[in-house]
Amino acid sequence: MVKRYAVLWFPFLLTDWYTKHNPQLTHTPFVFAMPERGKMCVSAVSPLAAELGVIPNMVVADARAAIPKLEVLQDKPLRKERLLKSIGLWCMRYTPMISMDTTGFLILDITGCAHLWGGEEAYLQEIYLQLKQKGYEVRISIASTIGAAWAIARYGQHGIIIPDNMQQEILSTMPIACLRLKSNLLERLKKLGFRTVVSVTQIPPQVLKRRFGEDLGKRVRQALGEEEEFITPLKPVIPYAERLPCLEPIRTAKGIEMAIEELLGMLCKRLMGEGKGLRKAKLSCYRVDGKVKYIEIGTSRASAHIAHLLDLFKQQIPTIAPGWGIEVFVLEAIKVEETTPIQELLWNGEGNLDNDALAELLDRVKGKDSHCRIQRFLPDEHYWPERSIRLATSLTEKRTTVWRTDRPRPTRLLNPPHPIEVTAPIPDYPPMLFRYKGEVHLIKKADGPERIERAWWIEQGEHRDYYYVEDDQGRRYWLFRLGHYQGDRSANWYLHGFFA
Amino acid sequence: MCASIEKSMLIADLQQQILQWQGFKQIEKKDYAICLGELEKAFPGHVFPVGTLHEFMMESNEEEAASSGFIGGLLSFLMQKDGVGLWISSSSQLFAPSIKLFGVDPDRIIFVNMEKQKDILWALEEGLKCEGIRVVIAEVQDIDFVQSRRLQLAVEKSKVTGFVLRLKSRFRGTTTCAARWHISPLPSHVQGDMPGVGSPEWEVELLKVKNGNPSRWQVGWRQNQFQAKRLVLSSNPIYHAKRKVG
Repeated sequence: MVKRYAVLWFPFLLTDWYTKHNPQLTHTPFVFAMPERGKMCVSAVSPLAAELGVIPNMVVADARAAIPKLEVLQDKPLRKERLLKSIGLWCMRYTPMISMDTTGFLILDITGCAHLWGGEEAYLQEIYLQLKQKGYEVRISIASTIGAAWAIARYGQHGIIIPDNMQQEILSTMPIACLRLKSNLLERLKKLGFRTVVSVTQIPPQVLKRRFGEDLGKRVRQALGEEEEFITPLKPVIPYAERLPCLEPIRTAKGIEMAIEELLGMLCKRLMGEGKGLRKAKLSCYRVDGKVKYIEIGTSRASAHIAHLLDLFKQQIPTIAPGWGIEVFVLEAIKVEETTPIQELLWNGEGNLDNDALAELLDRVKGKDSHCRIQRFLPDEHYWPERSIRLATSLTEKRTTVWRTDRPRPTRLLNPPHPIEVTAPIPDYPPMLFRYKGEVHLIKKADGPERIERAWWIEQGEHRDYYYVEDDQGRRYWLFRLGHYQGDRSANWYLHGFFA
Repeated sequence: MCASIEKSMLIADLQQQILQWQGFKQIEKKDYAICLGELEKAFPGHVFPVGTLHEFMMESNEEEAASSGFIGGLLSFLMQKDGVGLWISSSSQLFAPSIKLFGVDPDRIIFVNMEKQKDILWALEEGLKCEGIRVVIAEVQDIDFVQSRRLQLAVEKSKVTGFVLRLKSRFRGTTTCAARWHISPLPSHVQGDMPGVGSPEWEVELLKVKNGNPSRWQVGWRQNQFQAKRLVLSSNPIYHAKRKVG
């Protein structure tokens, strides 16, 4: 398939943007300036200033001397790049593959996109008019190579569409600067009398390579389509994405819901066909006023169940502010995993950890309150009570060791243990009474001690001697003494839990 | 002799009819029926009502622990054959390994921790609607009649059993729960003169039972079974004083 590229050049990007927000400057020549090597230099020029002969990289003092009424505004580093990126993201509606050139160009890979707008001419016109309406002066050209499109956009006229395999003819008369060369190389070429592209292409490539290095030949080949050129997209292309442009802007929750349902239908059909399910999906709503609103959902395991995914999105619809309406919806499956649909059907009995209803319920709970913790515990091979359980990473993770039942454990554990006052016979007998929250508990029955040491390879500290005690009213507690009994100081006793 | 048998059969028949008129549907015996011994007589049809809502009133941490243990025993019946449970709470949580002592695999319970009471009630309702789980346990302080009715409607469809644990609840009005329990610890059961702490014992009080007879029992957990014995003493004074007022 023949690749087609559109290159957008904004000759007055920064100043157009500034005039849009400050209309009073429309009839004043102004420039942006930034300090460069100790001097204030012009970084961006407004159309009026350009007419008066101000060019970028000029020293501000010189420009002022020539045009006394010139307005000079302070520029910020990276402002231009940020602006260009936001325009690039806006252009996502025309093609998903967009790259940004640091010198102020947008490169759109429009292969297979233009026919949706009724041909390349209409496509180009649409982009031009939309950007014009937003107040940006733009020059666009379409060609089969990035190099050719770039050359025409920068040095040719606006709106030229070069048919496939016509690069050679059109480029040959263009100036040598249209080849995207480094400035020092360009200087040398000019000095030697190379003015047009054709003057370079006539010379055998080996000679060029010997005299001017690899770069020149490469740029020529790229422009003529003899060498492939790759672009790095602004946003990585997500393989599972669906888009839904709307005839009329959508403003109601019901409308958004219908749009999501439509998109999910398309996406899930594709996913199911490939035996996959989504774990994370993002819905981008492109509003009429150029803002983009996002909502995201996540599932605890791969799912392509439309009704369930729609439920998850429905919980978040109220967070979308539609403004004047949403014109394009894009649904992307950010994270996709393999599923085993046949097995799911087989084991879809009631009351199993591996059932869909449970996974979907947990997704809904997580969607309702994103701060909630959903935990499943598995036994761990530690004696230390706090470490005897670990969190399972998934719903179906199997335990690797058995649950111990040889020692009593309280149904409710206090975290952290609560310090208590205890009267206990020395050195190792169970306590006789203890005071907890102002109440004195007389101990009638007791078991213990059960000594639990810390795992020395994890943490340092004293061991615990646990006692399982029951008071005169039948209430059962888990107490421990931290460390050994020492005659000279009172021992540290703690309450660590309540037994059933 | 023959007349008395006829009479008792007639009475049993009439009782069945009254239950039907009261809107009580006969509970079909499931394969995971709960064996509570003598305690089952308190319930209509002498069967522990599965697939409904139960609430547990708790006044202190000790009672909370006792209730958790008792529920652990109930879960061992309810979660047979790989059943799954959902435990929703706000701050404190069950210490998972302890429940294994009551014969329940703690890894088959999913714990959900949520901040707001409103969210817990929502999650409880969603859980009760979900047919993939056997039992939902939620720790909420207060639940009123309207909220409980929503839960009851959810339960009727899905037949999931719900336990609502209410620690230090202020509201004691009517709810749609099938039973209201109050469980407090009793001195443990020790065989003979053995030293140490024995198997757990509780005083189980049924404050309210729908279509049944509230009473009090001494219930113990021995050899993975409940052992129930009816108590004839006067009821817990706290609850009765409040019930008279309300």
